[in-house]
Order: sequence, then C-alpha cells, then structure tokens
Amino acid sequence: MEKGRLPSDVRGDVLIKAQEATGEWGNIPTERPIEEHVKFGIINLDKPAGPTSHEVVAWVKRILYMNKAGHGGTLEFCKRIAE
Amino acid sequence: MERATKVVQSWLPAGKEYVCVMRLHKEVAHEKIEAVCQEFTGPLYQRPPLRSSVKRRLRIRKVYFTEVLEILGKDVLIRVGCEAGFYMRKLVHDIGEVLGTGAHMLELRRTRAGPFKEDNTLITLLNLTDAYHYWKEDGDEQFLRKVIQPVEDGLVHLPKFYVRDSAVDAICHGAKLTAPGVLKLSDNLKPSSTAVILTQKGEAVAIAEAIMLSKDILEIDHGVVANTKKVIMPRSKYPGWKFFKKTKED
Repeated sequence: MEKGRLPSDVRGDVLIKAQEATGEWGNIPTERPIEEHVKFGIINLDKPAGPTSHEVVAWVKRILYMNKAGHGGTLEFCKRIAE
Repeated sequence: MERATKVVQSWLPAGKEYVCVMRLHKEVAHEKIEAVCQEFTGPLYQRPPLRSSVKRRLRIRKVYFTEVLEILGKDVLIRVGCEAGFYMRKLVHDIGEVLGTGAHMLELRRTRAGPFKEDNTLITLLNLTDAYHYWKEDGDEQFLRKVIQPVEDGLVHLPKFYVRDSAVDAICHGAKLTAPGVLKLSDNLKPSSTAVILTQKGEAVAIAEAIMLSKDILEIDHGVVANTKKVIMPRSKYPGWKFFKKTKED
C-alpha cells in the first residue's frame, strides 16, 4: 500500500438509485444548533501523557458541562496515545 | 460526546498508524535499516506479548506500509500503517533480530484513530477550555464548532447509504433498511460490510450491516438491504411513517 494510506482511505463512488427532495426536518451537520453540536460531537484530543484517559474524560466533561447541574451521560472520546 | 460514542466501535477494525522511536543496540548502515524495514510489510506472523488481553495464539496481521523518517545514531524514527491488533513493540523487536543487533521501542505515538489524524482537528484541553469560554462569555460559537467535530466526521471511512426522509424514523427505532428507502449508495458494499446510513442532509442515522452487493441493491425494488446495528440519531427527529402516509394520500 502507498505510504500513508490505510485500507479505510479507499473510498468508493456513490451510485444513485432514486431522487427525492428533502423536507425541513433535521440540519446538515455543520449547521446544528450549538448544544446539539456539542452533544453529538467528537473531540480529537491530544491527551497529555501523565493522566489516565479516564481522568481526561472527567476533565472534558467538567469543562463542557461546567454550568450544568446534572449528568452529561456516558462519555468517551477518541483517545490518542500522546508521547 | 454522548451518542457519538457509538462511532468509536467502527474505528476498531480500521487500520492504525503509529510513529515510533526504535533504539537499535548497535549502529547499522542506513541502507540496511531501510531495506529491512521494507521487508516488514504485508501479512506478518505475531504472537501477542505476555501482557495482553487477547489469547496468545500465533496470528497474522498486515503491515500496510513502513517508512523510515529519520535515523540518528542508534535511534530510528519510523512510521507504520498496520491492521488493528498489530503489536508495534513486537515489530521493533523483530526488526532488531533481523538486523542482528537487537532493538527495543523507546517511544510510541498513535497518529491515527479511525478517520482522525494529527491535523487541524487535533486540539488540547486548553483549546477546548478557551473555545468554551468564548461561547459562554461572548456568545461566540465559532471556536467551539472548530474544536468539536460532528459525529459524521467519525464515520467518513465507512461506505454509505443515503435514505429517504420517510425511512429515517423507522431506522431510529431499529428497523432494517429496505430497498425502497434507499436513494444513493456507495459502490463498494458487500454482504457483512459495515456501513453508515445518512439522511439526504448528511446526518448520521445509524450504523448498519449490508447483506448484499451494491449492484444488486441498485436493481431490486423491495426487500431488506441492510440490518441496523447501532442507532445514532434520536427518535422523532424526523417524522414517523404515519406523517408520510398522510401526505401521500393528500
């Protein structure tokens, strides 16, 4: 394989089976209302080397939900192995 | 965050990329290092190390590419693209054996996880805190939108189904995807391919498993084409079938 390429980088073409207009429900992902964007979001975090992933998750939760009393639900993030 | 956690599983079988520092126990000619590293591509035998959570059977894992980035004395910086479940520590050990010097891994950094790499989406806790404050104090959303990616960005590596608005809510309830619901699809679907179901607006509805080839799905006009595995979109975001039945009868 070409250097830098993984099998999941190979994307196919899109085939059209039928066409239809879309209604007013939902939003395109980049235009979601901000609370929804955060709630359905993924953070690509450069995790500091010392703390465990668990601790880092707790910090992120605290940062984002600072003003909210109550639970944010189960959180997990794309964890990175940092140096 | 929250519902987006479901996408992490779809990265597990995807390939990974690592950058690591390999320390050889004796200096070696650069050309020899390059040549041996190139030999270690393709399917390789490995037995998981003592400290691992998997059964320690001899198994085959692919290395997609190796690249020697820099050599400084006995230290070699390499970048490796490999299948999930491949042990870098073992690779370094084996390269050392073939070179005849022995080697061990000094440092390891995973530079890719699924579709995410070390690019402008990679942020620090400080970036996150600042972005949050810009929003809470100044009402400026733009930084929070830059540091947090939509869940769909975690699924770009999967083949896709684009479905009609009328099919969305049923899938949110776990219904299988049937042929009439499909508008567009990737051309590389096969039985048991993991795929993502998207709305026409590009929102992730669910992760599904295809049960036939793309070309067959294109042709049929009824029947199940994919089984819904993990629902991502909450229910009632899109109207249910009753709403669409009504409008059709109008």
